[in-house]
Amino acid sequence: MNSNSRKVRINKAILYLVLSLGSVLMLLPFFWMISTALKPDNAIFTVPIQWFPQTLYLNNFIRAMEVVPIMRYMFNTFLIAALKIFGEVFVSALVAYGFARFNFKYKNILFMVLLATMMLPYEVTMIPTFIIWSRLGFADSYVPLILPAYFGSASFIFFLRMYFQTYPKELEESALIDGASYLQIFIRIFVPLSKAALMTIGMWSFMGTWNDLLGQLIYINSPEKYTIQLGLASFSNMTGETLWGPLMAASFIALIPVILILLFAQRYFTEGVKMSGIKG
Amino acid sequence: MPKQKVGFYFILPWLVGLIAFTIVPMLIALYISMTNWSIIGSAEFVGLANFKRIFEEGMFYETLWITVRYALLAVPMTIATAFIVAIFLNNNLRFIGIYRTIFYMPAIVSGVAVAIVFKWVLDPNYGVINSLLANFGIDGPNWLYDPNWVLPSYLIMAVWGASGGLLTYLVGLKDIPRSLYESADLDGANFLQKVRHVTMPMMTPIIFYNMIMGIIGAFRKFTDAYVLGGAGNQGKFYMVYLYEEAFAFYNMGYATALAWVLFVIILTLTIIINISKKYWVHT
Repeated sequence: MNSNSRKVRINKAILYLVLSLGSVLMLLPFFWMISTALKPDNAIFTVPIQWFPQTLYLNNFIRAMEVVPIMRYMFNTFLIAALKIFGEVFVSALVAYGFARFNFKYKNILFMVLLATMMLPYEVTMIPTFIIWSRLGFADSYVPLILPAYFGSASFIFFLRMYFQTYPKELEESALIDGASYLQIFIRIFVPLSKAALMTIGMWSFMGTWNDLLGQLIYINSPEKYTIQLGLASFSNMTGETLWGPLMAASFIALIPVILILLFAQRYFTEGVKMSGIKG
Repeated sequence: MPKQKVGFYFILPWLVGLIAFTIVPMLIALYISMTNWSIIGSAEFVGLANFKRIFEEGMFYETLWITVRYALLAVPMTIATAFIVAIFLNNNLRFIGIYRTIFYMPAIVSGVAVAIVFKWVLDPNYGVINSLLANFGIDGPNWLYDPNWVLPSYLIMAVWGASGGLLTYLVGLKDIPRSLYESADLDGANFLQKVRHVTMPMMTPIIFYNMIMGIIGAFRKFTDAYVLGGAGNQGKFYMVYLYEEAFAFYNMGYATALAWVLFVIILTLTIIINISKKYWVHT
């Protein structure tokens, strides 16, 4: 008995040790980013490196904003993300509701098509879509980045359909007797019931916009319309000596929204994976 | 289930989007890939010349080889890493939530900022990795500045970001019935034997899923490669090549042909893995 509890304690100690070591490795890049952002140049370029900043040097943040208008880029990205989220979440839910709660002709074939588009690499349609938008006069605007969201997203539809299927049939039946229309049932019953799932999707949509580079790179040319990804990319590609201090400060600012989401909304991510039932 | 037509109205927005943003562009893509179109001027029909050029172009093989090598190494490495980390995180310890958050962090932070940070972490002179190596008396390589070390640099980033699939593994581990471990205990199995004979078979559906996603992700790798590049063109992944052909040189026809080839490669690999499923995925 005694030796057994000792064994458990040793096991626990090993677990903590391994997990802590792993955590240090995971956090190392973040630590190094913040450490560099808070050091003046003469403390950045030293051998051996200076692990911790000796003073709190905030000038890199100011320098970064002088080189590139980070706040402007953040605002642009938030704008795109906000306009996109609404469409992507609402329309995907609408379509998912159609697939989950009704029977209609060709439904199964159409759903197979939906699944197929999830596998289709975006790269094939990327160039023609770019050409269409340019011809329509929407090059160098946010429209091509936002508008497609208002036609729903295949993976979000797939995910929400599964979610909506879990509700009992009686849910609409009683509402129908009360004279509600299907659209009313969707908005008044299904949307409120599925808040957690919709939040999850909204977050995915936001992250998709925040972390996307390729799409924004293709469509946006004017520097004043840059998003945070484009701003950072152009900052890091500037010729001449790399301003590592300001560059790390800018990267840090760019990561803040995503890290905040992780800290405060983590449960929605877990929820999402549980619901998506990928277990074959 | 209720009425027929109403459901169709609900899916209508998606159907319109499918036609406008997938079917029509795909048809156009089919046509463009057979022209020498370059945005300005008119397009000339060239038949399969673009495809012929692809297979004659050294750059195609070079970028494809970089991408394939990366996929061959990064996919198993990230699967193994996420699997092992998940086993460690699948314990009811105090503070386990904090550890989970930390390990999950790389999965959601991505994009340019992370690529830039890694460029700095891997800096040959002032980076944190070579400084750590120096503590052990090792003279660290030049990483992204040495053609031979570009691929390992990308692999380090891949393993660091391996937790992308972490949540799927954690959910999978939670679903393994306790009774399986209990009967393994009765048979006197040790920890590693349980991992090998209970956990691994039960996790094959999750591994299968992450394998497909990993391969697709590897072939579509763009952001890191675009930002970081690498000495001797060793960081030029397939998508970077495609992007440059389309949007730096405006060879729209040729780039679209490249996109089709990528499509066929990904499709073929997905089909092959799906066929292999019945031999190793536990159902």
